[in-house]
Amino acid sequence: MSELDTIGFGLVIIAAAVGGAAFLTWFERRLLGVWQDRYGPNRLGPFGVLQVLADMIKLLTKHDWVPPFADRAVFIFAPTAIVVAMLLGFAVVPFGPELYILDLNIGLLFFLGMTSLAVYSVLLGGLASNNKYALLGGLRSAAQMVSYEVFMGLSLMGVVMLTGSFSLRAIVEAQRDLWFCIPQFLGLFTFLIAGIAESHRLPFDLPEAEHELTAGFHTEYGGMKFAMFMLGEYLGLLLISCMIATLFFGGWLGPWLPPVVWFGLKVFILICFFILLRAAIPRPRYDQLMALGWKVMLPLTLLNLLLTGAIALLMEGA
Amino acid sequence: MRKRGGAIMMEMLFYIAAAVALLATVLALSRANAAHALIYLIVSLLAVAVVFFLMGAPFAAALEIVIYAGAIMVLFVFVIMMLNVGREGTAREREWLGGRNWIAPGILSALLLLELMLALRHAPAVTSGVAVTPKEVGLTLFGPYVLAVEIASMLLLAGLVGAYHLGRRFIVRRERRR
Repeated sequence: MSELDTIGFGLVIIAAAVGGAAFLTWFERRLLGVWQDRYGPNRLGPFGVLQVLADMIKLLTKHDWVPPFADRAVFIFAPTAIVVAMLLGFAVVPFGPELYILDLNIGLLFFLGMTSLAVYSVLLGGLASNNKYALLGGLRSAAQMVSYEVFMGLSLMGVVMLTGSFSLRAIVEAQRDLWFCIPQFLGLFTFLIAGIAESHRLPFDLPEAEHELTAGFHTEYGGMKFAMFMLGEYLGLLLISCMIATLFFGGWLGPWLPPVVWFGLKVFILICFFILLRAAIPRPRYDQLMALGWKVMLPLTLLNLLLTGAIALLMEGA
Repeated sequence: MRKRGGAIMMEMLFYIAAAVALLATVLALSRANAAHALIYLIVSLLAVAVVFFLMGAPFAAALEIVIYAGAIMVLFVFVIMMLNVGREGTAREREWLGGRNWIAPGILSALLLLELMLALRHAPAVTSGVAVTPKEVGLTLFGPYVLAVEIASMLLLAGLVGAYHLGRRFIVRRERRR
């Protein structure tokens, strides 16, 4: 691809990701309604899909207010950080054999770096709000993210071992015979949980647990600034689904249909699965969440690493 | 011709990233508000990561972001939140940062800077390098430098055990008081 093509494709991806995230806000509420035996937004347009538009008009016309006691500059900067970091993460996702923006030889690490930078949004938002609920929400998210990041990276090292590269394109190519979800099922399981915790979605949305912290880190946010946090969260969901599809379910690989369609299908099914998790599982207590991370998930990832390494060595010897 | 343009472009990027790193570090030192200082420090680390990337060490760049900017700095922010110093903290910090306290460190660092500039005048300017793949980094770490890796891991283990010991004493004492 020439330089101009790459820039154009990048813009297309940004538009698609933001549009997809906006669509997801409606799709998620609707699907939650189906699974929880109620309606969800169904009034505006066919199946209520224009609800997205109504929400957008409401958020855009709302008075953009910064509380007088907040740290103004940081308060405004915080919501942009998560959106920028998440959108940058999409740069390394291979959507098809020739459809990618960047093929870095450290693609996987780049993705991990961007998700770890997205944490600052929540942290700084909580800190700058100067509000005790926001501060508590931010504190929780700091502890949660740091502990889940530890095995998020480790859970992917099995995949890297089997491929011998950090490049996401190479990882997809290595799955031609067998998707990594079978030899790396422990890795898939731990990465899935870490992914939900990292994008702090419902079973693990302790930073914003409504029943105890009003709205957690974004208590003081409203209008478009609040919408940026939400956009960041849905972009995170999309990005994690893209990564799971790429790393464990063969990315664009599949028979008959064109590669991009396969990739889209896999991502769509994963998103539905994430929404199902949200509909079905109640929120754990905060200490349970931390105990799960350190006492169950970390040993599991280490075990996976050990087994993968041993089997890879055996195969090499044989 | 095209290649030459690319080289100049890379050089420009290098100097921009280096300037950002320097400026952000100076700002991180001179801010009275701890949260602002930390944000500048994070920016400085990101700029250093870009420099690493341009010098042909993508693996080091990625680790700089994942570990320094993504994990260690988060812990710093965590501590600031725990202490929750607020306005009084900023006022006190401003007092410490003002006036005479700058003189002695300033002179000493100026001396070092002078020395560095004299030393660098004789060295060729390196703004790019040969790309090193992650695999090569791993092979070097666990080949010739395996002893250093082992020592570092032992040090970290000692730190972990020490932290556990100190934290445990605190928890036991609190339970007894109850």
